[in-house]
Amino acid sequence: MIRRIRRAVIAMVIGFLAAGGLASDGSRAAAASPQETIAGAARKVVKIHGAGGVRGLEAYQTGILVSPSGHIITVLSTVLDAEELDCVLDDGRRYRASLQGVDPQRELAVLAIEAEELPSFTLAAADPVPVGTRIFALSNLFGVAVGDERVSAQHGVVSALVPLEARRGSYEVPYRGAVYILDCTTNNPGSPGGAVVDWHGRLVGMLGKELRASGSGIWLNYAIPAEAIASSYAEIISGSTPSGTDSLGKEPTGPGFDPAALGLVLVPDLLDRTPPFIETVAADSPAARSGLRADDLVIAVGGRSVASRAALQQALSAVAEGDAVRLSVVRGGAIVECDLGPRPAAGRKR
Amino acid sequence: MQGMARSPTVLRRTARVHACCLAGLVAIVGATVRAGDVAPAVLEAQQQRIDVMQRAAATAVAIFAGEAGGGSGVLISPAGYALTNFHVVQPAGVAMKCGLADGRLYDAVLVGLDPTGDVALIKLLGRDDFPAAEFADSDDVEVGDFCFAAGNPFLLATDFQPSISAGIVSGTRRYQFPAGTILEYADCLQVDAAINPGNSGGGLFDAQGRLIGVNGRASFEKRGRVNVGVGYAISANQLRNFLGLLKGGRLVDHATLGATVATSADGRVVVSDILESSDAWKRGLRYDDEIVSLAGRSVRTVNAFKNVLGTLPAGWQVPLVYRRGGRREEIVVRLASVHTAAELSNIVDGKPKKSAGQPPLPPRPPGPPGHGGPGVPEEGGEPGNDDRPQSSDEPQPRATLPDVVKAVYESRRGFTNHHFNTVERDRVARLIAIEGLAAPQGSRWVLSGRLATGEGFRIELSDTEGVIDLPTGTTRVDATGELDTNPSPPGSGGMLASLLVWRRLMREGPEPLGRTSYGGMVPLDPRSFGEAGGPRLVDMLESSVAGIEARFTVGSDGFVTGIDLWTAPDADPCEVRFTAGQSDRGEALPPGMPAGIVVRHGNELFGEFLVEQVVLEVAGDTSGGNATAAGPQALPGGGP
Repeated sequence: MIRRIRRAVIAMVIGFLAAGGLASDGSRAAAASPQETIAGAARKVVKIHGAGGVRGLEAYQTGILVSPSGHIITVLSTVLDAEELDCVLDDGRRYRASLQGVDPQRELAVLAIEAEELPSFTLAAADPVPVGTRIFALSNLFGVAVGDERVSAQHGVVSALVPLEARRGSYEVPYRGAVYILDCTTNNPGSPGGAVVDWHGRLVGMLGKELRASGSGIWLNYAIPAEAIASSYAEIISGSTPSGTDSLGKEPTGPGFDPAALGLVLVPDLLDRTPPFIETVAADSPAARSGLRADDLVIAVGGRSVASRAALQQALSAVAEGDAVRLSVVRGGAIVECDLGPRPAAGRKR
Repeated sequence: MQGMARSPTVLRRTARVHACCLAGLVAIVGATVRAGDVAPAVLEAQQQRIDVMQRAAATAVAIFAGEAGGGSGVLISPAGYALTNFHVVQPAGVAMKCGLADGRLYDAVLVGLDPTGDVALIKLLGRDDFPAAEFADSDDVEVGDFCFAAGNPFLLATDFQPSISAGIVSGTRRYQFPAGTILEYADCLQVDAAINPGNSGGGLFDAQGRLIGVNGRASFEKRGRVNVGVGYAISANQLRNFLGLLKGGRLVDHATLGATVATSADGRVVVSDILESSDAWKRGLRYDDEIVSLAGRSVRTVNAFKNVLGTLPAGWQVPLVYRRGGRREEIVVRLASVHTAAELSNIVDGKPKKSAGQPPLPPRPPGPPGHGGPGVPEEGGEPGNDDRPQSSDEPQPRATLPDVVKAVYESRRGFTNHHFNTVERDRVARLIAIEGLAAPQGSRWVLSGRLATGEGFRIELSDTEGVIDLPTGTTRVDATGELDTNPSPPGSGGMLASLLVWRRLMREGPEPLGRTSYGGMVPLDPRSFGEAGGPRLVDMLESSVAGIEARFTVGSDGFVTGIDLWTAPDADPCEVRFTAGQSDRGEALPPGMPAGIVVRHGNELFGEFLVEQVVLEVAGDTSGGNATAAGPQALPGGGP
């Protein structure tokens, strides 16, 4: 019964949005130049500043306005895991945003700012755009646009609509569904949450989080289709997905990595925060060849500090198979850097 | 752009046969289209684009710096001047080899350097009819504009044929932080055309093939040093501001206001710190003043402030509008240098001042096999290596230079290539030179007329002295001694000294005057910033003579439009501005003589002089001259 009501609400919301979309599309019928299209769409894109700023984790991303009253959709990421979340509009106005809800499966989030009469995208329940559609991608890539500076515009083509099979580190992403593959280098820091529009300025999709294809390991240039965005938005604002910040910043669990595969034996994990001392190093292993020794204290993996035995385990698991493993250890009061070479396949779960 | 916009039509026409073709297969689809199937307008647009790109390709320079790598450049004049990046030529030194699309290899010489802006000017030798790119007004560039780069990515152009990569303008007026104090990209263009290592220094062109910028930088990250669709180009308008200085063989510096700004809690850009020795302070700027505009451009963010400042050479005078307590004030400030001359020299010699600044690009990871080795330029990274030979005035021993380069290279401290300063100085000297002003005729000049207040004045200039009669009294300056001891008349900051050195410049030229060098192009009128096309720029000469420093601005017709004269380095200069034209009485004046003189000192207007008569006479002979009007004794409005 409850489920049926939910469905009805969702259908209503989508219907409402679709109607809005039609009305709005009608007004956009006149052909605009690419410059005008970009300028118009960029007004509906916001720069988001939140948590991060440490190595490898940007403190900024992009979002799109989907209601005149300040609803913003963006990707669910560690950037949102902040006490103070700022959204900067195209005209430079800065707002404190509140998290309205998240869709952990599609890894999307809805934010709200207190503003009225904002330019916004309409989330129409339209069919997917055909392959070959020319697009512009608008995003806060590399955080180069600040204040009233316009987000960056890139051009490209929709190359394919395919199921997403991708990973982040060694973890499979939870998203299940088709995504647009773009002939456009959109996989950049800060780009996630950016808008992909066609040459009429209609929303085609949203740039997703930085991912690599699970098969080839190459960085993916992809967008989550507008339909998925619309469904997610409808579910979040109707409260039909688990909301709150519980899932924020949590990497989905995947197969763990056994340090023994590198020839590394750590002290037993007995305490809450067992210091990651090396117990022994297996002879003729990557660890041994890198110069690691027993009693070294590991303090960082790839430049990111690890404070505990568990954190080390987690950090090693996050290194993608084939990527270089670099450990920083403390030995005799000095910091020693050790390169262990490419990470082997995930070992047995301990 | 037209052609680009219409290409989907091509796809649709072939849809029957290729219903499921991916966009990635455009080339294959294209190959199956017979020319007859395509609308003539499409073919025409395509041909137009090809023509534009071929014209641009002809101006592309492949720069080879031997073991040190190389990069790209773009020709901007038939004489062979080409722009490139500082970081491209720095490893090469004074001489380099440059290939053009005509398949020929040319010797080239380093002319001017701007390490802060990452710009270098070189000159290709051996021709005077090089193909040259035309500058566009880069302030007109819009996000979404079609653009393309022509250059030498990965040093692929072993046959000197440039690679073309096309895209759109992704952003304008971007600010990219410097590495320490150099390689700052202010007010730059951001493009999604592929900019790879080796594209550095090459031209960025608009749809008409006009130069809108010089590519120099890209955001790379996790993928190593390959394009990720985010390249940056130094704007054509910034390049234009510095071009005069670069042509003059200078080691160019960027500007500072002597004040820093910050965003206040309510979002205004306010002065957060200011040096009391700065010109801005002397003109009245204070802490917490809100910056409204700089050099004619409104300033709403700290980045916007840095963007404007980063496009301006040191020494320029620019308008600054600020607000204090609701009152709007407009002042003209003289911008100071970011570096000392020694600091700049050290940077060029590869001894950068260590700084905490981010290098513009992450260090290059080990390249994939097949790349790397000699030929892949070090783009960005630390601008120099500490294990280079110790600096000297001679960055590259003359003996190793090719003869053609040796002939156009002269090393001098503070200059990149002093030979070109002499070339430019002499060019301006020829503009100024007027027959009949040299000795013995006209050895005494007498200018007379009225002040704006209506009272008369009389100025007498000769080799021995300068005399000015004003309603407030008569002042004399001994022209044979040091001029810095007597900044008279009182309150002018040195008007007589200014006129005396001006007379010597007009009569003798810059060579005998003293140490005179070419100082690039400066705005004729600082208040013309913000007008369409930017301020009108005029040549500038700077002289050190008789204890004073003087700067002369010279219009393209050779008319000296102004003199700034310092009697002490930290003092406010005496600012003399000349206007050409007929005398106040409507009579023609001798060539080169001003019809109006305005003198300012500090924040005060000293006087406005309307010249009615100029008499050029032989010193000691009061009866004649080459003016036929009444003698100098006939003073309007009464004499002394």
